[in-house]
Amino acid sequence: MLEAFLSSAVAMAAPILLAALGELIVEQGGVVNIGIEGAMLCGAFFGLTATWLSGSLALGLAAAIGAAVALNALFALVVVNLAVNQVVAGTAIDMLALGLTGICYRRIFGVTGRALTITPMRPLALGPLARIPIVGPALFDQNALVYLAFALVPMVGALIWRTRFGLELRAAGERPEAADALGLGVYRLRWQALLMAGVLSGLAGAYLTLAYANTFVEGMSAGRGYVALSVVIVGRWRAWGVAAAALLFGAAMALQFGLQAFGTAVPYQLFLALPYALTIVMLAMVGGQAQAPSALGEPYARL
Amino acid sequence: MNAPRRAPARGGSALARVATALRPVGALMLFAVVIGIVLALVLLTLGASPVAVFADLWRGAFGDWLAFTDTLVKSTPLIFTGLAVAVAFQGALWNIGAEGQLLIGALAAGAIGPALGGWPHGAAIVAMIAAGACGGALWGAIAGGLRARRDVNEVISTIMLNFVAAQILSFAVHGPLMEASGAFPASPPIAAAATFGVYLAPSRLNLGMLLAGGLAVACYLGLFHTAAGFQLRAIGRNRRASAFFGLPIARMTIGTLALAGAIAGVGGAVQVSAITHRLYETLSPGWGYEAIAVALVARLNPLAIVPAAVLFGALDNGSQAMQRAAGVSPELVYVIQALVILTLLAFDASATGALRAAILGAPAAGPDDDVPPPAALPSSASLATRDA
Repeated sequence: MLEAFLSSAVAMAAPILLAALGELIVEQGGVVNIGIEGAMLCGAFFGLTATWLSGSLALGLAAAIGAAVALNALFALVVVNLAVNQVVAGTAIDMLALGLTGICYRRIFGVTGRALTITPMRPLALGPLARIPIVGPALFDQNALVYLAFALVPMVGALIWRTRFGLELRAAGERPEAADALGLGVYRLRWQALLMAGVLSGLAGAYLTLAYANTFVEGMSAGRGYVALSVVIVGRWRAWGVAAAALLFGAAMALQFGLQAFGTAVPYQLFLALPYALTIVMLAMVGGQAQAPSALGEPYARL
Repeated sequence: MNAPRRAPARGGSALARVATALRPVGALMLFAVVIGIVLALVLLTLGASPVAVFADLWRGAFGDWLAFTDTLVKSTPLIFTGLAVAVAFQGALWNIGAEGQLLIGALAAGAIGPALGGWPHGAAIVAMIAAGACGGALWGAIAGGLRARRDVNEVISTIMLNFVAAQILSFAVHGPLMEASGAFPASPPIAAAATFGVYLAPSRLNLGMLLAGGLAVACYLGLFHTAAGFQLRAIGRNRRASAFFGLPIARMTIGTLALAGAIAGVGGAVQVSAITHRLYETLSPGWGYEAIAVALVARLNPLAIVPAAVLFGALDNGSQAMQRAAGVSPELVYVIQALVILTLLAFDASATGALRAAILGAPAAGPDDDVPPPAALPSSASLATRDA
């Protein structure tokens, strides 16, 4: 029971973690990307469709990344080059993704939905490690994207705090005018961050269809992108903090299924609302945004 | 738009000035090309000619008297949610939560509605509207309180509250409020005394549209002709300066989001009173999100919300007719809304932001300087605002 719960918690945390790491990079550059929900949805749909058409998981992952990167490029064009309001533009990007995936879904699979399932990604058991009691299956018997998500935590941390790119990116997020005056190229840095985040949110979306649900339902990202945004705040804009927060939300989602399977008398809507309510409670607990990059969310136009 | 921060202007030759001035133009042209490609791909996917699509849209929205009145009926909730978004945006409070606020308002009204049987008609209507306002205000005030007291970003809290509200409504119509004899998850019908009369039958025109219009005028007067409205807009322009001047930022934040919630909640109550007469899960097709497009098209002016809402109501109504006639995906509406928002943002930005400054050679503003009034959106960025 506990073993299954932990395993499910890690599996549920992985897509949120992938998306949140992308959002962390973007926010360190001073941009807040509400459109992350839309990028995940695009990754989920196009990843599944490409795999369904070609039978290849690799092609599916590539399509998911391509779709999410394209969507982020459009977002970058409006929020970076045209310096528009990021929250409103991000909301529009989410609507665009919901509309595009919905239209394509109906067009390709019809309203009734032809049998739309694929062979999902298999868990890769890491030999004897997977047989460790309690934590073995959770940590060492997951699919490749889960390992990738957690391996990326120190890598993203190092990228932001140990590389020249990371230093420049943080400068763009703290004081874009100063960064530009130094010739760092705020536009270029923010574009790079958004394209990287596109890759990560595409993978996060692909996880939902290729490794978790094996099918597509309209609007199936179901707010996970928004949860990822909150995870960055709860994680205090640090890579390990983000990982811990993502695990917490993964646990909340796993709890939801565990308790439902238990057949408790508690109404299922309560469990469905749990991750969202937990997000609000967690944000209220961690409170202020003192550790956010100073220029986060402010449009910056270079002259 | 949005009075972006600007880098210190670098001195340079006239040629360099022209080059910098053209940069946003290039970005804008690229943007137009991208939007054109997206639209073309969508229409190609739909397998329909653009002319036919828009002809069907027009016929469905304004083709005859019934279509026209139905467009007005369908734009009514959008006026309420559009006002809820516009009022909050004026104070740079990014209320993405009109959806949840409308649902909770509808829930409150739908819950008391069946019990109003013995009431006089007028009193029952007032009770319904008051219940909707209280429900929505509560939902808005949660986000406002979290922002004011715990510095929780209202963008995320309002989005999360939308999801929670949808689950609460779902729970209510499956559980405590479910009609005992009903086969479907829906609440019992509200009392006849609590329903709005229909004018000019067979149209569904009702009191709701008038109420929405009146509320738009009230919001306009409140925002532009009262001290509180002025304070709200001042906070929207510059939260920090407003705090220095001693404006009650925390109280205004909670009050504004509660007011926005109340407006959206009344919209929910009106929908129950006038159209659905009972509660069910899929009460709103996303009016709270569509409201963002409505508010932006209206440039946050409450009076302009009414025509803007009719525009989007027509889009909804026309696309539903189109879907029935030609089997076109209803999701087309989402795409059109998104493209409208992005286009408005982009052209607004280039008309008032970088481009104008570059062409007119306006002095570059430092980050803390008071920049000229923005075209549509207040300038305070919410995400890293630290209240003094």
